[in-house]
Amino acid sequence: MASLKSIKKRIVSVKNTRQITKAMKMVSAAKLRRAQENVVAARPYAKKLGDVLQSLAGNLEGDLHPLLEKREAKKLLLIVVSSDRGLCGGFNTNLCKAGERYIKEKQAVYEQISVMTVGRKGYEYFKNRLTVYKNFPNIISKPTYQNAARLGQEIIDGFVEGEYDQVELLYNSFRTVMSQDITFQQLLPVVPEETAAVDEAPVEYIYEPSVGELLAEILPKNIEVQLFKSMLESVAGEHGARMTAMDSASKNASEMIGKLTLQYNRARQAAITTELMEIISGSESIKG
Amino acid sequence: MAEKMKLEIVTPYKKVVDIEVDEVTATGKLGEFGVLPGHAPFLTSLNIGELCYKAEGVSTSMALNWGYFEVKDDKIIVLVETAEYAEDIDVERAKAAQSRAEEALKKLTPEDKQFKIYEAALERSIIRMQVAGKNVRK
Repeated sequence: MASLKSIKKRIVSVKNTRQITKAMKMVSAAKLRRAQENVVAARPYAKKLGDVLQSLAGNLEGDLHPLLEKREAKKLLLIVVSSDRGLCGGFNTNLCKAGERYIKEKQAVYEQISVMTVGRKGYEYFKNRLTVYKNFPNIISKPTYQNAARLGQEIIDGFVEGEYDQVELLYNSFRTVMSQDITFQQLLPVVPEETAAVDEAPVEYIYEPSVGELLAEILPKNIEVQLFKSMLESVAGEHGARMTAMDSASKNASEMIGKLTLQYNRARQAAITTELMEIISGSESIKG
Repeated sequence: MAEKMKLEIVTPYKKVVDIEVDEVTATGKLGEFGVLPGHAPFLTSLNIGELCYKAEGVSTSMALNWGYFEVKDDKIIVLVETAEYAEDIDVERAKAAQSRAEEALKKLTPEDKQFKIYEAALERSIIRMQVAGKNVRK
C-alpha cells in the first residue's frame, strides 16, 4: 500500500488541478456569454444582407457575376475554422478529423484540394498531414469584422484568379452550450438560395446604380459576413466546449479526491492498528 | 406629418438605431438623396458619408462607412459596416487618420492597390470630422 505521505501528496495535487479546471470553467462561462451575445448581435446584419441578396438575385438577368459562375470544379479550397487554444474536449479534433475524412472522400473528384486554416489548432493538425495552403493565425481569438473582411477579400481574389474553383467552409456551429455541429458550407461559387414559396409578389425596387453593380458589391460582402458569422459561432462553440470539458474534468477530480481520501483514511487506520498491536504485544512480552 | 417611417441601422456588431423617423437623408453612390414617408421601394448602395434623420423635430447626424440602404413599405433598413453618432467620434483620432492617409497618398499612385484603401481612409476621416463638428445629440 502506498505510504501515507505519498497519498497525501496526490490529494493535494489533484486538488490543485481541480482548482484550475474550476477557474477555467468560470472564465469560459463568462466568455461564452459574451461570445453568444456577439453571435446574436451579428444575426440581424447577416439576415438582412441575405434578404437583400435574395431580392437582387431574383431580379438578375443577363451577365452572371464572376462569383456566381459555376466552373468545372477541379480545385477545391477548404477553409477550416478551429480555435487557437486547446483544452476544450473534442472540439478541434472532431472538426479536423471530419475535414480529413472529407478530403479523403473527395480526392477522387477533385484534382487538387488545398486547405486554409484559421486558428492554430487546425493548422497544427493539417500541417503534418497535408500542405496547408495558407494559415491565418491570431484571428480567431478576437474575431473582428475587419479580419473577416480581409480574409474574405483574399479568398475572393484567389477564386477570381482561378486558383481554385470551389471554396468550402468548415466550422463548428454553435447549437447549444453542450453541443456543436460540424458544418460544411459552400462559400463560392455563391449558391443562391431557393426561394421557398412564391406567395409574396416580388417587390419592384428602384435600383441605384444598376442591379448588376449592386450585386457586384453585395456578393463579396456576403462572403465576408458568412466568414464573420462562422468565426463568431466557432468562438462561442469553443467556449461552450471548454466549459463542458472543464466541468467534467472538475467532476472527475472531485471523484478522485474522494477515492484518494478513502484510501488515505484506510491507510491511516491500518497504521494505527499495527502500532497498537505492536504496543500491546510489547507490553504483553514485558509482563510475561 | 402624421406618417412616420421606421428606421433601422444595422452593423455586424449590433443594431445601432431602431426608431420612428420623419425624414432621412443619406449619401448614395450617385449622390445625396432624401426619403420621406410613402417612398417607392428603393435599394441603393451608400458611399462613405453622412446620414441624417429627423425624429420629432430633432435631426441627428451619423457618420457611415460603406453600406446599403433599402426602403420598403415605409421601413428603412440600412446595412453598414460602421455607424457613429457625433459624440462617439474621436476627433483627434480622425485628424491623425487624415494626416496619415494624406501622407500615404502622396507617395502612392492611383495604380497602387493601397491607393484605394488610403483614399477610403481619408474620406472616412473627413466625414467623421464633419459629423463631429456638426451637432451633438441632446
